Amino acid sequence: MSIIRLEQVVKIYKFGEFELKVLDDITVSIEKGEFVCIMGPSGSGKSTFMNIIGCLDTPTSGKYFLDGVDVSTFNLDELAEIRNKKIGFVFQQFNLLPRATALENVELPLIYSGVPSKQRKDMALEVLSKVGLTERANHYPRQLSGGQQQRVAIARALVNNPPIMLADEPTGNLDSKSSMEIMEIFKKLNEERGLTTIIVTHEPDIAAFGKRQIRFLDGKIVCDSTVCTVEVNP
Amino acid sequence: MIALSSIINIALRALKANAMRSFLAILGIIIGVGAVVTMVAIGSGASEKISSQISSIGSNLILVLPGATTQSGIRMGTGTQQTLTMTDAEAISKECSAVIAVAPAITGTAQVVFGNQNWATGVIGTTPDMVIVREWELISGRFVNEQDVRSGTKVAVIGQTVAERLFGELDPIGKVIRIKKIPFEVIGVLDRKGQSLTGQDQDDIIYVPITTAQRTLFGQTLPGRVRMIYAKASSLESIPQATEQIKTLLRQRHRIGPNQEDDFTVMDLTQMLKAAEESTKTMSILLGAIASVSLIVGGIGIMNIMLVSVTERTREIGIRMAVGAKPKDIRMQFLIEAVFLTTIGGIFGLLLGIGTSFAVASLMDWPISISLFSALIAFGFSAFVGVFFGFYPAYKASTLNPIEALRYE
Ligand SMILES: Nc1ncnc2c1ncn2[C@@H]1O[C@H](COP(=O)(O)OP(=O)(O)O)[C@@H](O)[C@H]1O
Ligand SMILES: [Mg+2]
Repeated sequence: MSIIRLEQVVKIYKFGEFELKVLDDITVSIEKGEFVCIMGPSGSGKSTFMNIIGCLDTPTSGKYFLDGVDVSTFNLDELAEIRNKKIGFVFQQFNLLPRATALENVELPLIYSGVPSKQRKDMALEVLSKVGLTERANHYPRQLSGGQQQRVAIARALVNNPPIMLADEPTGNLDSKSSMEIMEIFKKLNEERGLTTIIVTHEPDIAAFGKRQIRFLDGKIVCDSTVCTVEVNP
Repeated sequence: MIALSSIINIALRALKANAMRSFLAILGIIIGVGAVVTMVAIGSGASEKISSQISSIGSNLILVLPGATTQSGIRMGTGTQQTLTMTDAEAISKECSAVIAVAPAITGTAQVVFGNQNWATGVIGTTPDMVIVREWELISGRFVNEQDVRSGTKVAVIGQTVAERLFGELDPIGKVIRIKKIPFEVIGVLDRKGQSLTGQDQDDIIYVPITTAQRTLFGQTLPGRVRMIYAKASSLESIPQATEQIKTLLRQRHRIGPNQEDDFTVMDLTQMLKAAEESTKTMSILLGAIASVSLIVGGIGIMNIMLVSVTERTREIGIRMAVGAKPKDIRMQFLIEAVFLTTIGGIFGLLLGIGTSFAVASLMDWPISISLFSALIAFGFSAFVGVFFGFYPAYKASTLNPIEALRYE
């Protein structure tokens, strides 16, 4: 059974009379432990796709099975629960709380899963050490470089030990050296823990980390390296 | 379920991060709660004072004074003519069924001396029923009795103030004092009554037999005439009936024709005080209500600040939702922030209110009453204001769409 399966997923944004079909009949499966890179031009629907997988958004129609469970019918509380336990999401803008330290930022998902304060701290410190930031635990985001901030964000995504890691252009705001460090972390996590990883990127050298590449265009998957139905539109 | 301590912690940090703004938001609540506490203290202080006076003058008390009244009130000269007599008092006692006790009185002031102590006080000549009419207990000795009145003995019953001034720590019973240089034996000491409605010390008094007062102390009073008659109605409900009976009887006895005005005045003190009590109660409710408006305005201030805060922290809300905060977690966070603000405001408002009340009490010599109940009400009300005015902003925060919130700049 695939860990992620989308069936005929459609996402439509309405602007009055005008409808914009951002995702057009997407059907795709991703297996446990896969490392997938999503590519495609700006506006092709990559972020929308990621948001639906990450349960931040729901499809207009179609079904989304996560671990075999249809979550497209879930209510807000159930979706929050999934985001908390099953998904680690890393953003291009890092999205750290500016007034909280690195440690407190990493603790955040644990607060919402009801872990007691002492245990929270231990768990957060442990993942911070995994991304090599033990010394920076009490620093605030503005005191950290972009690469370090993104590593805090990865630690936060990891802290609840979710089976799925999603990253929407995680290196978009980073220099190439930091980008490579970040990608190495993702690669290591995927290899060591079998973490199912999906990463959106523009850059081919980043996409090369993926064992599978999916290419979007105008809300459709136009190329998926595993099924090899390469039909790139001119 | 997310731990409450974590939510409180988050709320506290947010408030600290915007200390100045939080303080200004709280200020409205401080002033509101302070105003409510002060106004209620002033209002209930006044009505409590009146209530205690009602019980201290004696319940269901009717006063009969010489001289006429007009519709508009007491006419000039009331009490100057000596139209009431001892026999009037006796007749009221015998014939008015709604009256259970009657005590005529002759009043004056006199210099009183014991040893080298000297004191000017009010002296009232009266009959034994005075203690019943005024519901006045004795703490030692006895009151003037029938025998004293009949034979005009020179005995005196003294109030607490007189006892303190003349005797200090000594036991006054059996001692001889001089009233207008005439020796009187002290036979009783009255219990403490406190201040009257007009602020007079009711314990600064000496009672003597009415006959003795007439013969030896207040010679200017015509024989058989009295300055006023105290009457006690059998119950609160029978006061109007008793008043009517007294009026009819006295008009008969004084031979007042149908078109002539009364030559006396009947005053229902209980009713007057009850009316005063009612109006102070109304006043205190009104004051409290007006002050509550300022608390509501303070609440609107909190709501305003919370709405600004929700908008400003849209991105934070998005981040929290993205990592698993449920709508109710977000709602709770903002609600607790609001309640925290108003509760802090409630505490400081209470202190401000107590301070202001005492200032009013000492500067304006106004009786105040701060009850635990009014403090709890003020406190509870401010927490309620927090929930009420914090709910909408908190609700608004909880309904944000996580993606849009994350995208918010
Ligand atoms: N909330 C929204 N409302 C309206 N249009 C949206 C919204 N979110 C995304 N879009 C539109 O959907 C399209 C796809 O967006 P997105 O998924 O972010 O693309 P990508 O990540 O591939 O650049 C874009 O044209 C974008 O303008
Ligand atoms: Mg995008």
